[in-house]
This record gives sequence, structure tokens and C-alpha cells, in this order.
Amino acid sequence: MSGRGVKRLALLALGALLLAGEARAVLPDEQLANPKLEARARAIGGELRCVVCQNQTIDDSDAGLARDLRIILRQRLVAGDSDKQAIAFIVRRYGTFVLLKPPFDWDTLVLWLGPLAILAGGGVGVAFYLLRRGEAARAAPPALSEAERVQLDGILGTDEPA
Amino acid sequence: MRGALFLLPAALFVAVIVTFVIGLGHDPSQLPSTLIGKPLPAFALPPVRPGEAGLASRDLTGQPRLLNVFASWCVSCRIEHPVLLALKAQGVPIEGLDWKDEAAAAARYLADNGDPYAQVGNDRSGRTGIDLGVAGVPETFVVDGKGVVRYKVVGPISPDDWDRTLAPLMARLRAKT
Repeated sequence: MSGRGVKRLALLALGALLLAGEARAVLPDEQLANPKLEARARAIGGELRCVVCQNQTIDDSDAGLARDLRIILRQRLVAGDSDKQAIAFIVRRYGTFVLLKPPFDWDTLVLWLGPLAILAGGGVGVAFYLLRRGEAARAAPPALSEAERVQLDGILGTDEPA
Repeated sequence: MRGALFLLPAALFVAVIVTFVIGLGHDPSQLPSTLIGKPLPAFALPPVRPGEAGLASRDLTGQPRLLNVFASWCVSCRIEHPVLLALKAQGVPIEGLDWKDEAAAAARYLADNGDPYAQVGNDRSGRTGIDLGVAGVPETFVVDGKGVVRYKVVGPISPDDWDRTLAPLMARLRAKT
């Protein structure tokens, strides 16, 4: 193959790779015929954590349990559950840990408000620092004592041209 | 006052390190069960050996029991198995839930390794396990005499788990019923 042919092949492969998009573990046999329901299932599946491989969503995971949960999720939607009800169905079994976006709750208070609290604390600290520095700059320097004035005169005096 | 202010960053640093060290000690696979304090969800499962009774949620009442979720394909279950057999020999009632498994494979597994269970139900589809919030095998629930879940162990029960946690809990639950 000529150098040009190889180059063209490489470009073609790269293009195919870009077109492929993200790989999902949702298999064809799981998918719903109704595209609206399937889209809702995908949206929910992307927000639920797989409890086996904990840093993947159930849509991304190849684990058997993730597949079971995807199927259950679709069954709930077909049965007429709202998105919220379908999510609650799984949370009842596996806890709020499966929600990749943690809910605003008593035990997640530190998680949600911690950064704000730290920012506020830092702001207060900076405000105090600036305030104190301003005060120090404004305060008039203390007057010279008699001895200091004599000493200063002596120094300045010697520098003065005769 | 000033001295205290200078120590504040150091104190915060120590607090962060302590939090991280505690966090490192946590096993992220040990998820708390949402069933604690709630009755077992209703289920009725076929047996693994034809002609037997299987296992239903209403079988888990009367006295505190262990409900052990296992499977013939599960490696850690084989590690746990001798512990379960020893507990059965002590008279601890254990029910088995055979999760995502062929009944015949589970029957063979129990014939080969010994059967620690009073009753075993076969959860071929895994749905009952999912209703229980099972993420993997083995998992073991402590169910009190009223059928309420009191505790869950994720992973194989070690003799140490039994001595330190499960035995005292079972004794307390038995005293109440």
C-alpha cells in the first residue's frame, strides 16, 4: 500500500471512531420499542449508579445486576410510572447512594453546603485582614520622643551641605 | 487569641487528614441496607430440589434467623460455607436464598459442600434479591421473630463477625421473642 493509501485509511478509521460516540451497555434486546419511553429510560439510567461497579451508571455497566435494573426500570416506565416513581422504586431497594446526583438531605448537608461555608469563612477572614490593614495605615504614627528628635537632627544635620 | 489564630490552619489540616484516614478505612462496597427496621418484602420462591418447600417471606417469622443470599457460581460463598455449616451445627436457624442461579446447580452445590439451610428458595431471575437490595453474593440478613430485618452483612461472614456482631444481636433478638 502506498503512503497515501495508509494515510487515507488512518483518516477513515479516525472518522469512524469519532462517529461511534460513547459506547453504552444498553443491549438491543433491552430497549423499548417506544422511542419516547426509551429516551426517558436512558435519561434515568444515566443518573443511576451501578452498585456493583460503583463509578459507572447502570447504562454504562456490563454487570448483570445493572442489566436487571435497566430492565426493571423499563418495566416500571411501561407500567406507567413517572420518572420520579421509577427512580424511587430503585432507591427504595438500594438507597440514595444509587443517585449519582445526591439529593439535598440532612445527611448530605455538609456535601452541599460545605464548599459555601468554606468560601464564606475565607471571605470573613479576608475582610478582617483588609479592615485591620486599613486601620493600621490610617492611624497617625506616634510622635518622636525628645531623644529621637535630637538624634534625627544630628543625622540630618551632618548630611546638610555647609 | 493571635496564637490560636495561627494554629487554626494546622488544626484544619489535622482535621482533614483525620477525615481522610477514616474515609480510607471504609469499604465502599459495604452499602447500608435500606431494609433495616423494615419487614422483609413479600416473596415466595420455588425450591432448589424438586419436592421440597422452597422459601417464602412468611417462613421467616417465629424466631430470629439468618437469611443467607448465595449462589453456586459465587466464589466467596464457598469461603463462607464452612462458617454456615458450623453455625447450623450450633443450632442457628439459617434460610438460604439462591440468587440468579439454576436450581439444579444449587442443589449440586449443596450436595457437594453440605447444606447449612433449613429451607432454600431459588431466585432464578434475581428479582427477589433486587427487592432485598442485594448487590452481590454472599449477603446475610438478620431477621427477627416478627420478620423485620435488623442487620445485613455484605460479603462472607467470618467467625469473627459472628462472635462480635451477629451472635450478640441474635441473642438479644431471641430474648425479645
